[in-house]
Amino acid sequence: MADLRSNFIGIKSPNPFWLASAPPTDKEYNVRRAFQAGWGGVVWKTLGSEGPPVVNVNGPRYGVIHGADRRVLGINNIELITDRPLEVNLREIKSVKRDYPDRALIISLMVPCDEDSWKDILARIEDTGADGVELNFGCPHGMAERGMGSAVGQVPDYIEMVTRWVKKHSRMPCIVKLTPNITDVRKPAEAAKRGGADAVSLINTINSITSVDLDLFAPQPTIDGKGSHGGYCGPAVKPIALNMVAEIARSPETRGIPISGIGGVTTWRDAAEFMALGAGNVQVCTAAMTYGFKVVQEMITGLHDYLDSHDMALSELIGRAVPNVKDWQELNLNYVTKAVIDQDACIGCGRCYAACEDTSHQAIAMNPGRVFEVIEEECVACNLCVDVCPVEDCITMRELELGEIDKRTGIPRGDYANWTSHPNNPMARAAE
Amino acid sequence: MSQARLTPGVVPGRLTPDQLAANFVDVAPPLTDHEARVAADRCYFCHDAPCITACPTSIDIPLFIRQIGTGTPDAAAMTIFHANILGGMCARVCPTEQLCEGACVRMDAEGQPVEIGALQRYATDGLMAQGTHPFRRAAPTGKRVAVVGAGPAGLACAHRLAAKGHDVVIFEARPKPGGLNEYGIASYKAVDGFAQAEVEWLMGIGGIELRHDQAIGRDITLPALQAEYDAVFLGMGLGGVNALRAEGEDRQHVTDAVSFIRDLRQADDLGTLPVGRDVVVIGGGMTAVDAAVQARLLGAENVAIVYRRDQDRMGASRHEQDHATASGVRIICNAAPVAVHGNGAVAEVEFAYTRAEPDGLVLTEDRFRLKADQVFRAIGQRLEGAPEGLDLAGGKILVTGPGRTTLDGVWAGGDCASGGDDLTVTAVAEGRDAAEDIDARLTGRPVEIPG
Repeated sequence: MADLRSNFIGIKSPNPFWLASAPPTDKEYNVRRAFQAGWGGVVWKTLGSEGPPVVNVNGPRYGVIHGADRRVLGINNIELITDRPLEVNLREIKSVKRDYPDRALIISLMVPCDEDSWKDILARIEDTGADGVELNFGCPHGMAERGMGSAVGQVPDYIEMVTRWVKKHSRMPCIVKLTPNITDVRKPAEAAKRGGADAVSLINTINSITSVDLDLFAPQPTIDGKGSHGGYCGPAVKPIALNMVAEIARSPETRGIPISGIGGVTTWRDAAEFMALGAGNVQVCTAAMTYGFKVVQEMITGLHDYLDSHDMALSELIGRAVPNVKDWQELNLNYVTKAVIDQDACIGCGRCYAACEDTSHQAIAMNPGRVFEVIEEECVACNLCVDVCPVEDCITMRELELGEIDKRTGIPRGDYANWTSHPNNPMARAAE
Repeated sequence: MSQARLTPGVVPGRLTPDQLAANFVDVAPPLTDHEARVAADRCYFCHDAPCITACPTSIDIPLFIRQIGTGTPDAAAMTIFHANILGGMCARVCPTEQLCEGACVRMDAEGQPVEIGALQRYATDGLMAQGTHPFRRAAPTGKRVAVVGAGPAGLACAHRLAAKGHDVVIFEARPKPGGLNEYGIASYKAVDGFAQAEVEWLMGIGGIELRHDQAIGRDITLPALQAEYDAVFLGMGLGGVNALRAEGEDRQHVTDAVSFIRDLRQADDLGTLPVGRDVVVIGGGMTAVDAAVQARLLGAENVAIVYRRDQDRMGASRHEQDHATASGVRIICNAAPVAVHGNGAVAEVEFAYTRAEPDGLVLTEDRFRLKADQVFRAIGQRLEGAPEGLDLAGGKILVTGPGRTTLDGVWAGGDCASGGDDLTVTAVAEGRDAAEDIDARLTGRPVEIPG
């Protein structure tokens, strides 16, 4: 049985599934229930400076993208950091950590961008027994307008500066949580590394308007007829998060910095994908908010079974796909595939035909009796037919053998060669 | 159990009013909004979809389902009504398992089609419930067309002609319009007076005059119509019922299934309808199933459908057959009636098992008798009193193309015309297409038929 115990920057947890800083981790009651359900760790919802509590709106806080059966595909929120008194949160953190010493408990922080504010709060949280801190440089709404959250995360120098203060005034491991609302996520990651961060976590939520009420003509969620952009999360953001994790994992400047993967992790498989792209663990929020804390049990058994079936340790999974993430110019231009339709599996819907005929390369023939066949002479292997086919494995891509003639180009398949050496590439010629 | 339940003979009130009310509720209740969206999401929006091809009226099914899925069910209803103005009734009575749903690619994929019929009902019910008629008439043409029969073919024809600006007079032999939809369909398929409501809604187009108690050959004649109108469409259905040709079939309580179904549909109080304790229905089509199931629902203790051929030759779809057996009806195949026994009233029906030979069906020596105090014939209907001068084929009015008869200026469609398959939806298609052909003839405009 695979061992799911995780050690992330020295923070131990019985499994790599942590709850992300968010409503589910805003108070003792929820966190205790989460630990009872089996979560390996939690990042306590972001604490702010002591003073008057943060004020949230009293209308709806969430906007949602639904599938046809009201399956939640994506959520955005306009909630701020914790609106509970700092003292209460600290007392509860201490209480929970005392009762669950084996679980990871990280405290998310966001205070004004001056050294004293950070020094003060770090001092207050030192004695909770928490395992580490996560700097919230990501929240895109509400706090950013006050010079915090993503307002910091979008300026690498600020990230570096604040991270330095935190490392200077605290002995705790420090995770820097990055915002995706930036052009190149490697830059803030590099800054965090320069500042001495022990790890980065990403992604925070993405600026978004989920929908517009077409009667009120206002974004949703609508507060008294008005709306604001919120932070988008859930299954819909996973591809964006995976790419950003991979960018940091493979960049020479940031390679090796521990990553806590966040963004639409809904199943064990999502978690495994994040870890294969370099995340040492994952943080989950929307799945728990959609289905409750019990989902962690599926994640645990799923990851167990996957690792067992591949005879792989958890540590061997982490980063395993990173070497296969390349820039486009490194891809093999002599790798040729052609679509193949399994006539026994085909149900005759004709989606492949409609897609190829109307929008691609006219490489599928519709023969009498609704028999759909690939015209290899036209097929550029775009894969669209595979993507739109409703039947799994009905359309597949066949790899041409070395030397086999590509019927579209009339050229036999050759050995590996990429754009850097391609005759059409002016840069390649210039290098000669 | 009510004592009347076990009373021998043909008696009313076998069940309590509450039981009857519960038995005759809507057999397939409408989808809720959420159910409709989930059902719509299963549609693959196939290219050149097989369901469209399988629909006699060629409704653009993927389009209307997509319109439901995107929250525009009224647009979906219009997609349906443009092809089939009786789309509401067809959603209830079409053997969808043999037509659109039978062709759905999901049948290949999972054996479970998209619920096209239920979705069609969802869309059409929603628009019709708004109480306004969504079509406008074209500019008046000054042409007048006579339509004989206010059944599905006649109504579809009349609506299309009226929409194109012609004035239409429908001559209907019965007191109510609707034809098969009003008189010939099990009541649990079209509850709450839907057939009349649909006709009323359809007539909202304007330009259609409906004249009741006007039977062709009795009250009106074809030559008179030809003289008075610019075109004539015949859609009077089939008035006659085939005989059993079994000894003793004139005994009391041996009747037509169609009249039983008609009486049931027209009854104000189901408790007044007499029904046997042991009922035998002879035939294998949808009429046989409708009669047998309704006999059960009225409280008959034993009901059997006896059909002379193999089960897979039955006209009723497998879905209909399953509905019958689930309702407690026994289906006996490969048996033909040879005699009706009894002293005055029927008491037993004697059957011979049949065998299919190359020359046809033969009766074997193996016989059996079924106890019966009521027997329904459901072995097909025939055209009676076809106007003179029309060529016939197979006992029906011969038509070619879009309902053209052998008389110039006279069209026919629905059950009275050759071809077709005795389905409401086919009658609608034939009426619609004949109307297009009539319009093209009268005005020289091009034909507009979906699909």
